Amino acid sequence: MTDVAGKFTVEPFSASAEKRERFNRLLKKRYAAEARFKMWGIVAVSVAVVFLVLLLGSILLQGASAFSTTKVELELYLDPAVIDPQGTKDPQTIASADYNQILRASMSKLFPEVQGRRERRDMMSLLSSGAAYEVAGHVRDNPDLIGQTIRFEVLTDDLVDMLRKGYIERNVPEADRKLNDFQLGIYDKLVATGALGGAFNTELITTGDSREPENAGLWGAVVGSFLTLVVTLGIAFPLGVMAAVYLEEFAPKNRITDMIEVNINNLAAVPSIVFGLLGLAVFLNFFGMPRSAPVVGGLVLALQALPIIIIASRAAIKAVPPSIREAALGMGASPLQTVMHHTLPLSMPGMLTGAILGMAHALGETAPLLMIGMVAFIVDIPSGFSSPATVLPVQIYLWADSPERAFVEKTSAAIIVLLLFLISMNAIAIYLRKKFERKW
Amino acid sequence: MTTLDFTTHTVPLDGKAKISAKNVNLWYGEKQALHNINLEVGENQVTALIGPSGCGKSTFLRCLNRMNDTITSCRIQGDIRIDGDDIYAQALDVVHLRARVGMVFQKPNPFPKSIFENVAYGPRLHGLAESKDHMEHIVKSSLERAGLWKEVSDRLQSPGTGLSGGQQQRLCIARAIAVSPEVILMDEPCSALDPIATAKIEELIDELRENFTIAIVTHSMQQAARVSQRTAFFHLGVLVENGPTEGIFTNPVDKRTQDYVTGRFG
Amino acid sequence: MAATHTVSAFDAELNALKTKVLRMGGIAEANVAAAVQAVMRRDKALAERTITSDQRIDVFDSEISELVTRLLALRQPMAIDLRFIVGTLKIATDLERIGDYAKNIAKRTTAIGTAVPTQPMHAIPRMGEMVLSMVKDVLDALSNEDVEKAVAVRDRDAILDELYNSVFRELLTYMMEDPRTITGCTHLLFIAKNLERIGDHATNMAEAVYYIVTGNRMYNDRPKADVTAEITDPSQIA
Repeated sequence: MTDVAGKFTVEPFSASAEKRERFNRLLKKRYAAEARFKMWGIVAVSVAVVFLVLLLGSILLQGASAFSTTKVELELYLDPAVIDPQGTKDPQTIASADYNQILRASMSKLFPEVQGRRERRDMMSLLSSGAAYEVAGHVRDNPDLIGQTIRFEVLTDDLVDMLRKGYIERNVPEADRKLNDFQLGIYDKLVATGALGGAFNTELITTGDSREPENAGLWGAVVGSFLTLVVTLGIAFPLGVMAAVYLEEFAPKNRITDMIEVNINNLAAVPSIVFGLLGLAVFLNFFGMPRSAPVVGGLVLALQALPIIIIASRAAIKAVPPSIREAALGMGASPLQTVMHHTLPLSMPGMLTGAILGMAHALGETAPLLMIGMVAFIVDIPSGFSSPATVLPVQIYLWADSPERAFVEKTSAAIIVLLLFLISMNAIAIYLRKKFERKW
Repeated sequence: MTTLDFTTHTVPLDGKAKISAKNVNLWYGEKQALHNINLEVGENQVTALIGPSGCGKSTFLRCLNRMNDTITSCRIQGDIRIDGDDIYAQALDVVHLRARVGMVFQKPNPFPKSIFENVAYGPRLHGLAESKDHMEHIVKSSLERAGLWKEVSDRLQSPGTGLSGGQQQRLCIARAIAVSPEVILMDEPCSALDPIATAKIEELIDELRENFTIAIVTHSMQQAARVSQRTAFFHLGVLVENGPTEGIFTNPVDKRTQDYVTGRFG
Repeated sequence: MAATHTVSAFDAELNALKTKVLRMGGIAEANVAAAVQAVMRRDKALAERTITSDQRIDVFDSEISELVTRLLALRQPMAIDLRFIVGTLKIATDLERIGDYAKNIAKRTTAIGTAVPTQPMHAIPRMGEMVLSMVKDVLDALSNEDVEKAVAVRDRDAILDELYNSVFRELLTYMMEDPRTITGCTHLLFIAKNLERIGDHATNMAEAVYYIVTGNRMYNDRPKADVTAEITDPSQIA
């Protein structure tokens, strides 16, 4: 030992010029390494930001135009002979009348020179196939208008909308165009008179899905998503919190609880499609629950969100200082009182964070819902937890799959709505969390 | 490790014993943490439990209000009585016991609630207050006895966690005495405090002795010497020596005690 | 003090304290021996040296007080350490007093002159030897933590007191017989008294050693054989 110590004596770095120089070299190297590390970090963050901006930018650019639609203002003579020949004023009769005849009459009046059967059909196809229903709805709601001449805006066909937004090229050969020269002529005349123009696309936000792009809306999917999430939250949050509290505070520490813990962690990593298959097998086939229903979707998503919520809740409970628990027990509180008075309120913000994560996950989930039939084409706005519904991500999937040019921008618009949904959900959760935190 | 020396030197208590522990053995799983402890805690006295880390003094203290119950691997044998009542008897409810035996912990641990709510927690839990006025009275008198009233009377609704460390610890003492316990256990109550806050707590302990029986675990021998009337020295789970504080610190009987109090361990 | 302290600096300081006390004791012992010798031989030079040497004892005394204060303030000693530190402080005070008595004896070398009866002069060296052995033994007892030796020193004090009583009576008789010897005899009486006091201080030190080592007081009813305080009438002298 002594000779070793004698052989290797440690001199301070200030001992000689050579040593000092080496020390400074090492120091420089160290600073350089630090600077390099920082730079790589900045590069990584920048790349991420660029991708995010590109993604959001492209979605916004593509989707923004979907929020406007093209309408044409027509002068409609609401002929009582067509709408309600008997004068019954019965809403059913009024609603089921042939409004296409009224629309045709109006258009003919606007363009008296169009005579040919074929031309007339081309002219009428510029209007949305849903236009007649719009008029019908309006008249049904205001039966006093029958017999009068009203100015009413009806939706145009999606091709007209595309033309107005510049997605249809005029200078390609007529045969390759979806709209022929005659239709372009009518369109130009309508634009010239000022009857045709853009308007905010309320349909997109207020109606359900449709095969016609100009009539297709997201409200059905939004309501479906909402109902599904209500079910998911209602099941997964209390179950997750209870499971976490039991496992953390009450369960004996033995092999069984260890196994449960491992399995819960594994469950969080199970592919979501497996949960869909499980839902299909258990909820639909075994329990015979309705297809395409938010209640089943919610159950499946609850299963998927449960492990995330349990893990986050356990972490939140673990983060509560044991000294608080000891204090409560030392005062004579029972274990349950300790949990209810102290542990749970203190860990609530963390649990809510877990719930936000789980819900956000569930909101964006598509695969398991495909398995339980929520991919169906559903026009009606879901009225309850068991009525057929679809959800936003599935709607996006469906629209992305549709061939019409107009659905391209609609898909992006739906993504925007989905993101807004997510952001507002998170905002609510963060607000709740802050509120809970401030209370303490 | 060589075999343990199980001898205990006890100078008998003169006066009434509040707590008497007889032949207490305790295991954490397979490991025995306490070996045949026989100790009496005198009424209206401060009894200090000293010893190196892991000697079992905190474990023993926690036996006295059954805080060890929460540890599943913990097994206890023997007889501990408070005023003759066996605290490990089936008939005795642990909630009842903890109302009689309050505890103050190492780290000040006020609940993240208002000062008022902290003190009112125990009385509320045990239904001690008959009315709102009565509760206010309990809170006020507890804070007064803990020497904290003057400092916090104008901010009872502000959070207890916003107080200084020493104030927090006195708040914890106020919380403990709010349920009028007979015994107060203190587990290194000053280890996280500065000397002035420590002195205030020590002064408080001396005042509280009039109405309560106090058992205090401390790592500071000077503190044990300052506040206690009797001292018990634990070593490796054995109660080595137990007697008047003066004797322990000037003329200990056992070599182990001598080595510990003079700083000859390790 | 078998095992060493965890804080080794504390051990070093305690050893330093012990060494200081023992060295101080050594000087005091030497001074007593020198003082007695100076008186016996009427050696003024030796007496002078002894008187000067007392300053060294005083320096040691103040150093020990300082060291003790420091140890108490910085180390918060307990049990044996506390007893040792407090005990050495007491011993240092006793040694300082012993030094003073030695100085006082040395001072009388000139004053005692030649007009002194030779008979009682023989008792002084005997007392001196006894006192020296007591001081030496008590220092040994401190050095070796030897309780028995300390008890033996305490017990020897009684014999010393007896010796002093006889010297007292003897000198009183001489003075009554021949008033010219009063000056010399009074000085001798003081020398004897000083030696007896040194013995008392040695006993005090023995008690301190006993307390340091055992933690208990040596029982208080130590034998007191000095009865001269009760003698009022010369006729009482047998």
